[in-house]
This record gives sequence, C-alpha cells and structure tokens, in this order.
Amino acid sequence: MAMKRPKADAVIIGLGWAGSLMANELTLAGLNVVAIERGGWRDTSGDFPTSMDTDELRYATRRELLQPLSVETMSFRDNPSQSARPLRDFNTYQFGWGAGGAGSHWNGMTWRFLPNDFQLYSNTVKKYGANKILPGMTVQDWGVTYDNLEPFYDKFERLAGTSGKAGNIQGVIQPGGNPFEGARARDYPLPPLERTQAAMLFDAGAKELGWHSFPVPAGNTSGAYTNPLGVHMAPCTYCGYCEFFGCGNWSKSSPNACILPALMNRPSFTLITESEVMKVNLTPDKKLATGVTYVDKSGREWEQPADIVVISAYQMDNVRLMLLSGIGKPYDRASLTGVVGRNYANQTIAGASVFFKDEHLNPFIGAGALAQAVDDFNSDNFDHANVDFIGGSNMLIHSTNGRPIGLGNAVPPGTPRWGSAWKKAYQESYQTANSIYCMGSSTPHQDVFLDLDPTYTDRFGRPLLRVTYDWNENDKRMAHFIADRSVEMGHAMKASLVVRSEPTAKPYSPMDNLSSHTTGGAVMGDDPTTSAINRYLQSWDVPNTFVCGASAFANNGGYNPTGTVGALTLWAAEAIKTKYLKSPGPLVAL
Amino acid sequence: MTSPIPRRDLLGTAAALVGTAATLPVSEAAEISGHLPWSASAGTPPPAAPAEPYVWEFFTADEAALVGAIADRIIPADELSIGGKEAGCAVFIDKQLAGQYGQGTNYYLKGPYRPGTPQQGPQTLETFAQRYRQGLAAMVAYCASKHSGKAFIALSADDQDALLHEMEGGAFYTGPVPSSVFFNQLIQNVREGYFADPIYGGNKDMAGWKLLGFPGARYDYRDVIGRRGEKLDLEPVSLMGRPGWNPA
Repeated sequence: MAMKRPKADAVIIGLGWAGSLMANELTLAGLNVVAIERGGWRDTSGDFPTSMDTDELRYATRRELLQPLSVETMSFRDNPSQSARPLRDFNTYQFGWGAGGAGSHWNGMTWRFLPNDFQLYSNTVKKYGANKILPGMTVQDWGVTYDNLEPFYDKFERLAGTSGKAGNIQGVIQPGGNPFEGARARDYPLPPLERTQAAMLFDAGAKELGWHSFPVPAGNTSGAYTNPLGVHMAPCTYCGYCEFFGCGNWSKSSPNACILPALMNRPSFTLITESEVMKVNLTPDKKLATGVTYVDKSGREWEQPADIVVISAYQMDNVRLMLLSGIGKPYDRASLTGVVGRNYANQTIAGASVFFKDEHLNPFIGAGALAQAVDDFNSDNFDHANVDFIGGSNMLIHSTNGRPIGLGNAVPPGTPRWGSAWKKAYQESYQTANSIYCMGSSTPHQDVFLDLDPTYTDRFGRPLLRVTYDWNENDKRMAHFIADRSVEMGHAMKASLVVRSEPTAKPYSPMDNLSSHTTGGAVMGDDPTTSAINRYLQSWDVPNTFVCGASAFANNGGYNPTGTVGALTLWAAEAIKTKYLKSPGPLVAL
Repeated sequence: MTSPIPRRDLLGTAAALVGTAATLPVSEAAEISGHLPWSASAGTPPPAAPAEPYVWEFFTADEAALVGAIADRIIPADELSIGGKEAGCAVFIDKQLAGQYGQGTNYYLKGPYRPGTPQQGPQTLETFAQRYRQGLAAMVAYCASKHSGKAFIALSADDQDALLHEMEGGAFYTGPVPSSVFFNQLIQNVREGYFADPIYGGNKDMAGWKLLGFPGARYDYRDVIGRRGEKLDLEPVSLMGRPGWNPA
C-alpha cells in the first residue's frame, strides 16, 4: 500500500529545463508545486567545483553526470522487421540525472527554430506541391507558429543568459547575425563569445563562398549577467569542459545556475529527489489524472496527489511514462493509428573533417556553444525546386574542447589506430584538425516510432522503451547534399585535407554517437488523430496533464532542441496561468 | 548532492523491490523545500593518486605484465614520448577494473543474452573486469599456440605487433566475442591511461599531455584566447597541480 503525501496544486515529473521553467512559472502564479526527480540534488558550487570539474575521464569518458544505464536504457532496432536489443553501453542518448537534468551537462547551443520548421507540411505543399513529400513521411504542422513563440524564446534567452548576435530585429536584417532567422523583438541579452582561430578560418571560407557566417547563440556567458530572477552569472572562461560537465563557474545556462537559486527558496515549492515516478494515476474513466505514484530511494512506494500533472522528463521518458500510464492511444505501425510514439525524429548528421598545415588551432580553448555557423542550407532558406528532398541543415565549426582521450580518432584516414605512426599523426592533428559539423533536420516517417519493448525491462521490471529508427530516404538525400556543401566549405577554408562524412550512407546506430538530439513521440498539433497533445502541450485525452519537452516536436529542425524546449514550456506555462487556471479543462475545443 | 547515491545501492534497490518489500527499511526520499541546499564538500572528490609501490588490485602479476607489454605496443616509447607501460597504463587499467567501471555498475547487464546487429552495440552480459580476465587468458593461450609456448612478453616487438594485428582482425575468441572487440577495448583503455589526469595512475609526469600540447586541468583561457593561431606552449597542470608549483 502506497504512502500518501498531501495534495499539491501541480506535480512535476523531472527537474530539467522544462520542469524547472514550469515550476518557476507555476509557483510565481501562486501554485503549490511538488517536483519529483529521479536523480539527486545538484548544486553549482557544491557539485561542479572548478577544482574537480576539469576531469575528462570522469565526466566525458565515464559520463558520471548522466543517468546510469543500469537505471534505465532503451532497446534499439533499425526497422520493424528486426528484434530490438538493449543499449548496454553509453551511447548517443544523454539522459539527465539529478536536479537540472540534461540542462546541467549540455553544451549550451540555444537556437530558435526557423518559422518554416513549425509549418513544414503546409509550407511545403503550398510552395512545392504535395508530391514533394515522399510516401510514408508523416510530416505535419505543429499547431503553433514562430510568431506565437517569439516572446517565449525571448523570455528563455533572458532567463538563460544567452550570448549571440541578432540577425533580424523586427524585420531589419542585422550585419553579423543570421539573416535567415525569424524576426526577433530584440537582440540577445549578451553579445557573442570571443572567436577562435577555427571560427576565423570558417568565417573566411563562408565569405569566399558568399555564405552568411554568424556566431552560434550560446548558453555560455560572454560577460557577467544578472537574469530576470536576480540570479548572477559569471563570464565564461573558455575552459573546454562543457558537454558532459557541470559548470562550476556560473557561466553555463542551466537550471542549476539560472532557475534553481530562485525557485528553491520559495516555500510553495518542494523537490523530492532520488525518487522515480512509476506512472501517472488516472480516474477510472481515464479522463483525468489524480497525481503520480513514485518509489523513493529505499524502495518505498508513495502517491503524490495533484490537480495538474506536468510530465517533463527526458523526451524518451515522457513518451514512456505516457505509455506506462495509459495516456493517449499508442501508435500502431500495422494500422497506422494512434499517436503516442508517433513522429519520433532524430538529427540528420553530415559534414567533413578538415586538416590544416602549420596551424595552431589550440583546441583546448573552447566552450560548449563556441561555434561559427552558416544557415544558408537550413530548412527552406534555399530554393528546393531543383532538389529532391525537403528540409536542410545548419553547418558549423565548433571550438568545444581539446580533450585528449576523446579526440584520439581525429586523425587523417589511413592512419593506424595504434603504434608510433598513430602517435605522430595524433600529435600533428591535435593542433591542425577540426570538422565541419552539420546538424540536419529530421523528418518523421511511419516506420520510425517508439513503443514498449516486449522483452527487456528496467530495474523495477517495467518495459524499456523500444526505439525503431533508421534514416529515411528524404533525410538521406538531404545529408548527401549537405555533405557536398561541407566539402566546398572545407576547401574554401584552405584546408590541406578535406574528408567528406556521410553517416547516413549506412544504417543508423546509437553507438556511433552522432547526436543526442532526439525528438517527438508525443507531438503537439491541431488534430488529435495525429498528435498526442494540443498546441498548449496539453494531453488531448487527459486535460489536466501537460507534456513538456522535445517529445512535442512534430519534426526536428536543423538545430539543437533546447531553445525550443524552453520556449514551448514557457508558452504552455502562460496558457496554464492565463487560461487553464481560470477554467480547468481542454484548452482547445474539438 | 546532499547524499550522493552510491551506484551499488541502485542495483541493491532494484533487487530489493523484486521480493523483499516487507523487510524494507522505512525511510523517506530526500525532500527539499524553502531553501537552496548547500553543504561543505557536497560533491564526491576525485580518487587519491595510487600509492607507491603500487599493489595490483585486480590483475595477477602475469596479467599486469601482459597488459604493460600491450600498452607499450599500442603507445610505444619513441622519440616523441615515453611508452604506455612507463606512463602507467597498466596501473590505470587495474584501478579502473577494480572499481565501478570494472564492475559494470553503470551499465545495462540484464538478460536475456541474445546476439544483436552491429548497430545495436555489444550484447555481452560480462562486466569489463570479466571481459579482461577472459580476454587476457584467451590471448595467453593463442600466443602459446602460435609461438611454441612462449609468452607475449618474451616475443620481439615485431612478433608482438604481428600478434596484436591478428587480434585486431578477430583471429580468435575472447569469451563470447571475437578478439577484435576486446582489442578495441584495449586501445580505448590504454589511451585513457595515457591521457587521463595522472591522479588515475597513468599519464606519468603528464607525458601524454606534453605529447599533444594539452594544458590539462586548467579552466581559464581568457588571457590567451585573443592569441589566435599562436603556439602557446602552456605547461600542463593536473588536478593535483604540477611539479615546481610547490617549493621544496
């Protein structure tokens, strides 16, 4: 028999970016909020001190801040005809674990998606005709537009302390920014980070090609900053320990640095750590949530009743919790019906390695989002009339780190993997190699989905989430195109050796660690037969349940997801505050 | 964390949930409200550097000698730097295998065991420590069969390289997996030993970092970021400092 806690106005599952932002907004609106976090408490000064943070083996190689696979992993297969197997070793998916979630150990690239990304279906049909979309693709609009989200992107950038250069302020193109971005009300709260030698070479290459180079918007502070909650951040020191690391210098946008110092002091907020939510509890007619059941660190079962349930775990776990709780109809590949698990997407990766002669790139001077990019081939920023795909890709050069264990394979092709020849090549390449990295859009397809594994279970005996994913034809064509552009960029940068990379030419594997950006599975939309949640991230089936995270993306853009996760969460929070609390019930009438 | 969860307890919790609910201790989850928790030394500090002389924790003396010899071929001593053995790679791997990494605490080791596709990643249920024990034994046997009973450490450097190439190509089995899988692990772990902070037992005198020009555990480059494209020659620093910092 589960122990029962006092009822809360809202219970939040998972205290990463989405959970922290939602908890902040709801407590400010006067609600009594309880958050339940699977990992432990994590504090910037105590857990990430700079005196122990700079440890590649511990954090990047062994991934100490990530959720252990023994707690939960996924099973994987490339297509529905295969039998899935559990991912036993650390891989491309980077689940958060502890207060701050993956927001503690991300790199910090803080993008806004392009206006076209939210209306990919209707824009494509209007401009190129319905035949532009290949058979089997389940492309659909999000039910929300860039203009709807702009104020919430702005709010997130202010809370997070984003460093960048605007490209379009109220329709006026700004030199040095991204001219393709949607119109912004105002510039970033902080100017861009300093540039590295790699960025200068990329910038020169872009100029030669006539492309538009700009600094990637960074959740790494280019200067001291105080956010709207009164939290102080310190200037980034370019230490090169960002992804997989916490930031003990108060320089990385994270819930720990930006939200929790204010949120934790509010008596209306309670955080329960080291406790895992088993399921969302529903009324017998399954029309309302009554709260959640969780298990604490000693194995004891508890019930936390609440009027509102916010599912804000990692994207994959949002989908899994809906499936385990019976919220929404599961996607069925055979009948092509159901919504939970549908429209799963990834990030389509391509690029080129570049090697220079007599160069000192000093790769150890870096930051998680210290990068220079072009967006000339992203989304619909270029005419697709003469190409056989939709979507596109950002292209960037990244000065993120010079960590020597992880870079050991960044040597010219043909180099032996061991022996004196490898040593010599690595010594040379360490200072002269980088890569052009393209984060491409990922379009949904009926053969790509998430469901519960029939065989493998977690530590509690519950089914693992099963991922069925391989690159679809549209995205492979896009990647082929963008890999060619990367080679052009490499030559324009005057690299002595340019090595084309097209990982989409072979079956997808999570073990290749191409990108952690995994989206969809509980997507937002205007039609309950093709979306799990409405435009306010509210479950169509259980209207007092909101599902926040990249799981809501109807398709993935050619960018890191976190900026859009933040904007969507703040947009949903505003709807709860201004609409739902006044009249609890469905926010979109059917 | 106010009370960092030892990883072993996670597995213990899982096991306990399966059948002994009646005997579970009554204790509540950590509950925090109304304040930002802070406690001195909340984070788990890094391990102490290995003591001298080193006493092997996982390897037998023969295994340790074999791993040292392998490390010396994967990263040989040459005009650029010292070799993997002198850098302490065997000590590093020994400590890793004796700890959480070797015990597989953070990895998914639940059955059933079924072979998978290459895209699904390694599917063995053995811990890394078990993989080493099996892998090294298989290597000893293979070496003896190829070289009339001689041990790997007694071979010439060329013969050692030839055997490692065979291993890399999957010439024999190490436990349930081809030797190529175990060889990949050896390359990874030897590189870790050569380039991880010296507190973990390898990277003697920061030789790996000096080889590359990596400044190590520094965390502030604001003073040099403007010197783009310059050779900076920054002396490396370990988590425990560096020789010459502390006057004798």
